[in-house]
Amino acid sequence: MSEFNKNQEETYEDFGAPEPQSRTIVVPGEIVASGDDFLAGEGARREGNNVLASRYGLAEKIGRVVKIIPFSGAFIPRRNNVVIGRISDIVHSGWIIDIDYAQNGFLPLMESPRFVNKNEMDQFLAIGDVVAAKIWSVSPKGIDLAMKGKGLGKLEGGFIFRVNPSRVPRIIGREGSMINLIKENTGCNVTIGQNGWIWIKGNDIDSQIKARKAIEFIAEKVLVSGLTEKMEKWFGENK
Amino acid sequence: MAFKRPDGRKLDEIRPITAKVGIIPNADGSAMFTFGKTVAIAAVYGPRMLHPQHMQDPKTAILRVNYDLLSFSVEDRKKPGPSRRSQEISKVTEWALSPALDLKEFPNTVIDVQIYILQANASTRVAGINAASMALAQAGIPMRDLVCAVSVGKMDKDIVIDVNDEEEHFEDGEGATDTATARLANSDRFTLLQLDGKIQPSLIPKALEMANKAFAKIYEIQKKTLKGVMEEKE
Repeated sequence: MSEFNKNQEETYEDFGAPEPQSRTIVVPGEIVASGDDFLAGEGARREGNNVLASRYGLAEKIGRVVKIIPFSGAFIPRRNNVVIGRISDIVHSGWIIDIDYAQNGFLPLMESPRFVNKNEMDQFLAIGDVVAAKIWSVSPKGIDLAMKGKGLGKLEGGFIFRVNPSRVPRIIGREGSMINLIKENTGCNVTIGQNGWIWIKGNDIDSQIKARKAIEFIAEKVLVSGLTEKMEKWFGENK
Repeated sequence: MAFKRPDGRKLDEIRPITAKVGIIPNADGSAMFTFGKTVAIAAVYGPRMLHPQHMQDPKTAILRVNYDLLSFSVEDRKKPGPSRRSQEISKVTEWALSPALDLKEFPNTVIDVQIYILQANASTRVAGINAASMALAQAGIPMRDLVCAVSVGKMDKDIVIDVNDEEEHFEDGEGATDTATARLANSDRFTLLQLDGKIQPSLIPKALEMANKAFAKIYEIQKKTLKGVMEEKE
């Protein structure tokens, strides 16, 4: 499982970035920086002499780059994202998976780790089953998924719940620090999909609920800095 | 003699505004906006799959607005369901909002905006636009700007801002004119200008000038509400 989470961190490349110099809440159309010194990064755009916000979120200035970290918004699939989805249909060549995006994901038959009889595909994955999969490609034709890899596959037992996809990087934390903290303190197995679906499986119901509460606590605290220390304290209080 | 407003407001005074965001937990973004007794709520869903497929646009997401005046919102119960009027308002709201949106990132999808008027006291479409603009921002949709909307009226010979129900039915002198206006907050681009009644062309600049002053106030409230809801979570 730890190997698998390492993969997740790599997909979120921003978390190795240096600390921002300033953070402010902005609404779309608001001027974030003036003058020619600044570059418009993600979620920002340049209009004449100013850099404006294009989304509602937190504006960060890192060096000369201004970018907006959105507070909310739908999941946008990218290659190599790990997502959790639910099988919504079985077709002759694979499975259709609902990944909480405007398009469904497609998992080809070839991705199953063992031989599956075409007439008995529901023996391996039936409609309603929940899987963790990796996005193999995103094209106008559709989203192809892959399931070969550590931690990927059918999720059995435990439970899933959803958070806003924009909170996922915070829940994983810098180099996975936050998610590891939760795992250490609750002893639960946690898989986080970039689409905001989270699967928890632990030994007993209390520790699972505790892990869920911890994750929801983090999702709630959007603007807090030094969250890892706060979470350590939180676990101290909620023994 | 100047027109005396039934509720004692000054000619350029808007009714008390309240605004909230995040009122509908299951929506991707939601907001409430009130002008005095007019209460509008808006919910945004999406981008999500668009059916029927022939409506899909491979270049961009489309915006689909549904405005509904609920049956209990007016004094005499309104027959529920879509009507000619609600279809028209849905369409003009769509046109008023779409210049502010940047939907190229989400081809073949739809963004649904539901606007419900819980209580109507004139100017419902502009209250709906204000609520929808905040809800779209909260849903994380890429936007060029927020949209502000207000109604400007002409009562007899005087220009007034934010028409209420009583004024809408004013009949003395030259009678009542009601104009719904909407504008991108940080530019001079109007996205809605819908005149109902009569007005001298020479008075239009004055009416728009008055609307511009109201837009500034409304924008401040929208901005403050959106920022406030996140600051609470600090």
